[in-house]
Amino acid sequence: MTVDKSNSFSKSLPGADNIHRRMLANGIVVLVRSNFNSPSVVVNGYLLAGNLFEQDDRLGLAGYTADALLRGTEQRTFHEIYDHLESAGANLHINGGVHTTGFGSQALAEDLDLLLRLLAEALRQPTFPEEQVELLRARYLTSLAIRAQDTREMSSLTFDQIVYPGHPYARPEDGYPETIRAITREDLLKFHRTYYGPRGMVIAVVGAVEAEKVFNTVDGLLGDWQNPDQPVPPNLPPNPAPAEPLTRKVDIPGKFQADVVVGVIGPERRAEDFIPAALGNNILGVFGMMGRMGETVREKAGLAYYAYSQLSGGMGPGPWYVSAGVDPANVEQAIELIRDEIERFSIQAVSAEELADSQSNFIGRLPLSLESNSGMASAILNLERYDLGLDYYQDYPEMVRRVSVEQILESARHYWDLDNLAVAIAGP
Amino acid sequence: MDNSFTRLELPNGLLVLLKEIHTAPIASLWLWYRVGSRNEGPGTTGISHWTEHMQFKGTPRFPAEVLDKAVAREGGYRNAMTFMDWTTYFETLPANKIDLALDLEADRMHNSEFDPEEVESERTVIISERQGHENEPMFLLAEEVQAAAFRVHSYHHEVIGDQADLETIHRDDLYQHYRSHYFPGNAILTLAGDFSTNAMLDRIRELYEPLPGGSLPKLKIRPEPVQSGERIINVEGPGDTTYVEVVYHAPAASDPDFFPYLVADSLLTGPSSLNVFGGGISNKTSLLYQALVDKELAVSLHGGLTATVDPFLHTIMATVHPESTAEAVVEAIDKEVSILQKTPPRQADVDRAVKQARALFAYGSESITNQAFWMGYAEIFDNYEWFLSYLDRLAEVTPEQIQGIAQKYMRRSNRVRGVYRPFDRQEIPA
Repeated sequence: MTVDKSNSFSKSLPGADNIHRRMLANGIVVLVRSNFNSPSVVVNGYLLAGNLFEQDDRLGLAGYTADALLRGTEQRTFHEIYDHLESAGANLHINGGVHTTGFGSQALAEDLDLLLRLLAEALRQPTFPEEQVELLRARYLTSLAIRAQDTREMSSLTFDQIVYPGHPYARPEDGYPETIRAITREDLLKFHRTYYGPRGMVIAVVGAVEAEKVFNTVDGLLGDWQNPDQPVPPNLPPNPAPAEPLTRKVDIPGKFQADVVVGVIGPERRAEDFIPAALGNNILGVFGMMGRMGETVREKAGLAYYAYSQLSGGMGPGPWYVSAGVDPANVEQAIELIRDEIERFSIQAVSAEELADSQSNFIGRLPLSLESNSGMASAILNLERYDLGLDYYQDYPEMVRRVSVEQILESARHYWDLDNLAVAIAGP
Repeated sequence: MDNSFTRLELPNGLLVLLKEIHTAPIASLWLWYRVGSRNEGPGTTGISHWTEHMQFKGTPRFPAEVLDKAVAREGGYRNAMTFMDWTTYFETLPANKIDLALDLEADRMHNSEFDPEEVESERTVIISERQGHENEPMFLLAEEVQAAAFRVHSYHHEVIGDQADLETIHRDDLYQHYRSHYFPGNAILTLAGDFSTNAMLDRIRELYEPLPGGSLPKLKIRPEPVQSGERIINVEGPGDTTYVEVVYHAPAASDPDFFPYLVADSLLTGPSSLNVFGGGISNKTSLLYQALVDKELAVSLHGGLTATVDPFLHTIMATVHPESTAEAVVEAIDKEVSILQKTPPRQADVDRAVKQARALFAYGSESITNQAFWMGYAEIFDNYEWFLSYLDRLAEVTPEQIQGIAQKYMRRSNRVRGVYRPFDRQEIPA
């Protein structure tokens, strides 16, 4: 009764035959995927200027710099920049991350040139006006005060601190009040001057545009950008897995609910066992309504509104954890249940049926995740970020189908060290 | 955007809207019920939302775990939302699997069991959901402000319900609520995506026409009397941050004033999106952002109107700058509003708001799920034409109408002003 177009659609999955890729002379990689079904266009991308370059006493500098780029350029004031953007109904944001500084934007296709011009000016000629730097500082300090009251954020931050001692992943991207207070306008100028540059920069454009036109526009705006001294991001230091069970609680008086995070260090995105681990994670705490965790902690015990697991490996080995929001009186009981499920997951193979369900889920949801221009843009950006190859999504169903229950068990055993789980709690 | 769609009513009263979109092999089904917190009174607040949760516990034919897995197995996603005027359930799936969604929604319109044990385990889940909200100062403030704005009308309480009722509502209350609101005549089925309308209609008739009709319990909506005099709310709680919320009584979505009010709000607090999925745009050139954030009275500002069946609120929320005060924020809001009351905005600013709405529309229309959402949402408070004519009606708004809105609605006597302040450190309860 429905029209089955899945065959024709699989041909339109992103791949080498329909993603246009060009590297400009200065190293910037431009990816374009045309989609004339919608009048809009999405521009996403990143540069290699993340908080790996920050000193400990200036945490938050990468994000501060990124945010301040749109606060004034040699061409336009803060107000003029946003007047252009908002008058066009466009959005543009630039955010500092751990490994990269990312940007994302959306506009009607008729305004793409404007968007790219504003982006290029912000990346190349920001002026960091003093009063805007102070406006941002006040906003950050308020956000940090709000963060200190947020049980979910504090449990996650505390978890990172105990799992990654002395490692960049222990450092919050938004810094601490004292490091934000210490950052000067000079620091922003210097961070921008030193670390921003074309090498390693990737820009993905998806929407109602022709590839050749995008290449020409981007080349015109960014093709002559040079930073000969742009440093290569430092390698991540080793991150030994915890050698003992670690538990830390942050007291946030007056709150009604506590947040709990239980986890370990997981695989990086490029790890060979990433897909088995991702399928395993889906079974552990995502599939259906939050997988086994949802079934045990929410459905059977009624202990939490949310209890899910997440595998967050990217450029490096991010955490693999279970997170739940529970009544402060039930924290111990919830941790116990989570621990039991992790134990079962790491010593006993998942069933063939569970694996088949998750495989089918991964393959079936691919077209749904690529439905919008922004979904497509982040997907093709990941191809470049993790060096997956342009045909990755076309090969993906087969890669998923090949995973066995043994491979999942092996990855679960590898990462989940039951004797050395880290537990972070934030609440009253 | 191709705007053709099919709208018809089945003999049992079920309203059906179908829209073919062939850009991706996806379809999205939404089942809407005209019931929400608006239908509740003291003793049963939160019952619509709790009923929604119970609809995920399965039926004899589709036990819970079967239901969840069946959708996830196809790569689809599903969820539900309860609001003041409605409760809605949706599944987005590969188009050739959408029959599963049609089948399970028809089934759970009548066959959910509300097992007493599951009701009890869900009680704690919902109380936990409420506790999660209570962790947020803005929720604590908004709940009190809304309650003060509606002394009489059932928009008085939050959708999640009051703690007292969440502790005492019984299984039979829930089941009764379910049986009396979940039937074809009180529902709207909306479906967008890659299908052929005729074949789809045959299937919908086959599944939904045999479902028995029903009759709604008598609902007495008590209109909120005109407010006479500003109401002031103070909330105290943990933290170091002060928040301000100012709300004005605003028109219902079907009121002709709603469209000029949308533009007025867009000028004051920035463009709002009707999308559940899809991008938004920033508000840094809005009047209040410039007056509050650029002037260092607040660190953030947002606002908006809500499309509702009965008149609801126009909300303005600000996070106060650490060096400023709630009073200074309110004073600056008053100043901007009074300028709008005295002088109509420039035509160019109105045109700009319309262009912003057009862009937001384009972003939202990329999602088939959104397209199906829009049809049902608009039918709840008016009809789908409301939505299709949305951009044209915004474009007809004149600067004088906006001035008129500011004069008619944005008066102190028509508002509630609320402030959330941090406790003194010594006062934090143990």
